[in-house]
Amino acid sequence: MTDTILSVENLDVSFQSYNGLIKAVRGVTFDLKKGETLAIVGESGSGKSVTAKSIMQLLPKKTTVINNGSIVYEGNDLLTYSKKEMEKIRGSEISMVFQDPMTSLNPTMKIGKQVMEGILKHKKISKKEAFVRAKELLELVGIPNAEERMKSYPHEFSGGMRQRVIIAMALASDPSVLIADEPTTALDVTIQAQILDLMKNIQKKTGTSILIITHDLGVVVNMAKRVAVMYAGQIVETGTLEEIFYDSKHPYTWGLMQSMPKLHQDRSVPLIPIAGSPPDVSKLHDGCPFAARCPYVMKVCHNHMPDQSTISGTHSVSCWLQDERAPHVEKPELGGNNVDKSKTS
Amino acid sequence: MTNQKLVEVKNLRKHFKMGKKQLKAVDNITFDIYEGETLGLVGESGCGKSTIGRTILNLYQATDGQVIYKGRNLQENLSTKDRKYYQEKMQMIFQDPYSSLDPRMTVLDIVSEGLKIHRPDMDKKEMSDRVYDLLELVGLNKNHAKRYPHEFSGGQRQRIGIARSLAVNPEFIIADEPIAALDVSIQAQVVNLLKELQRDRGLTYLFIAHDLSMVKYISDRVAVMYLGKMVELTTSEELYEDPLHPYTKALLSAVPIPDPKIEQQRERIILTGDIPSPIDPPSGCSFRTRCPMAKEICAEIVPEWKEVKKDHYVACHLY
Repeated sequence: MTDTILSVENLDVSFQSYNGLIKAVRGVTFDLKKGETLAIVGESGSGKSVTAKSIMQLLPKKTTVINNGSIVYEGNDLLTYSKKEMEKIRGSEISMVFQDPMTSLNPTMKIGKQVMEGILKHKKISKKEAFVRAKELLELVGIPNAEERMKSYPHEFSGGMRQRVIIAMALASDPSVLIADEPTTALDVTIQAQILDLMKNIQKKTGTSILIITHDLGVVVNMAKRVAVMYAGQIVETGTLEEIFYDSKHPYTWGLMQSMPKLHQDRSVPLIPIAGSPPDVSKLHDGCPFAARCPYVMKVCHNHMPDQSTISGTHSVSCWLQDERAPHVEKPELGGNNVDKSKTS
Repeated sequence: MTNQKLVEVKNLRKHFKMGKKQLKAVDNITFDIYEGETLGLVGESGCGKSTIGRTILNLYQATDGQVIYKGRNLQENLSTKDRKYYQEKMQMIFQDPYSSLDPRMTVLDIVSEGLKIHRPDMDKKEMSDRVYDLLELVGLNKNHAKRYPHEFSGGQRQRIGIARSLAVNPEFIIADEPIAALDVSIQAQVVNLLKELQRDRGLTYLFIAHDLSMVKYISDRVAVMYLGKMVELTTSEELYEDPLHPYTKALLSAVPIPDPKIEQQRERIILTGDIPSPIDPPSGCSFRTRCPMAKEICAEIVPEWKEVKKDHYVACHLY
């Protein structure tokens, strides 16, 4: 369980645009261990999908600049791989499930053929064997009458069914890492519960490591054991599920939790939103990117990026409040299930 | 919230023609909305929640049934003047802040469009003053009035949409998934704004959404829909403490709770199968194909809509 299978270190990803270089991901570092689930949470534009896509090298070559960092998979840096070498990894060792089940399947191709395509690409087997394997996969992900449904086209499937097909395709060659980029965002809640359940069951059976990218803290709790919180291209806090939910240190993490109503929350207590809106990543200054919205902001935050401080072996945070010279700030009530009205209103 | 009924929806139906078949998007629904309350309307995609909102506003012509606003049946032939009056009193906030604002109009034009129709005697100065006030009210400012929608973020656009809906002093606002397209940290800002406006102006909301925790937080009462039918309606506390309909139970249990300790102890009801097509809904109770408690009777008879406890309505054969 403790062996690292994928480790991303100091990754910088930028895009060229008319307005100059946009630094979408800045110095991102994390490890994914064998058989575990790591969640990356963040809002739109925080760079979480770009991180995932850079692991798979699915970003447009022409405009993407990766000038720093490494993505080490089983001892080898994927960034040094050629296009051909990468093709061998992609889909067979590391596969990806995308957000939108409506657009990630080819509408003109029968489901069975699409699933078989991936199998035939990575394994030297006959079409017949591939057909059997595709049928097994579709059964594994819970598609009833799999053999019959292989003759259907994507439009004959519902959203949840399509996402199952996409998961089946991602699992086609027993990948050791599955990257799921907002896998349930486009789905209804009852279907979301089915898909999350499916992913957990598959992990139990195959021991795949899962990197799940989401904006939904509920999904995080349901799936992951460890969490990395991203803001404006950086990981601002990382820790185990318990550390992030009960003992978080970064004001952005606090803000995220406070702005979500809990199912049992008293309705008379107003939500505490994070003021302002996420920064434009093309116009970032040197300081902490959260400074403009942070209620605990200090002078230093505007000009200098805080270093990462280690709270425990698994928990680290990038915030000036951790500096010994900073004033002591009590973590606010995070609006759990026993909200104290006097504190939050 | 008072006990005065503002909107009464009676046996409302909205069917769409799909070739030879009929899509029953809203199928015989009856409920009331009280003055000053927020009624939440939840359900999964395709259950007809948006169609109800649009039919109440007469954006869709109802197939059958009545929408009564302050005692007046809006499905009757109203004179143009009366129609205009009700259009003024009932406004809508749309889901997608990107497509609901005309990209070629300035914020001033967008927000004042309703005023131009409903207050033709207002002069330009008055109108722009009113727009500035509205922008301030929703947390924007005067300088924003000259700008175009693309210059704003999603949260700010939604504020513009809210300002537009408030321009003509409505009493009743239908908010159709007003926060679904926004980031978590921004959602709370918009929800707080909506609550404030309600408190200050005595507004009544029909809040349509699929996010149960947000709906519970903002609504006084919540109605749950499934495949064009209302399955349960009660106060939001009661709904979360004592849900009766098996669909409501499953829906509530499917919402992941962002708290590891609670989440570990929860028993989740995972529904099997997909939502059936509304063109060919199952016979009897439309939920029976996915219902863990389905009995024989469920396939035969459509369950009645009845009040099983005080203020707690449900349509299910179990009760």
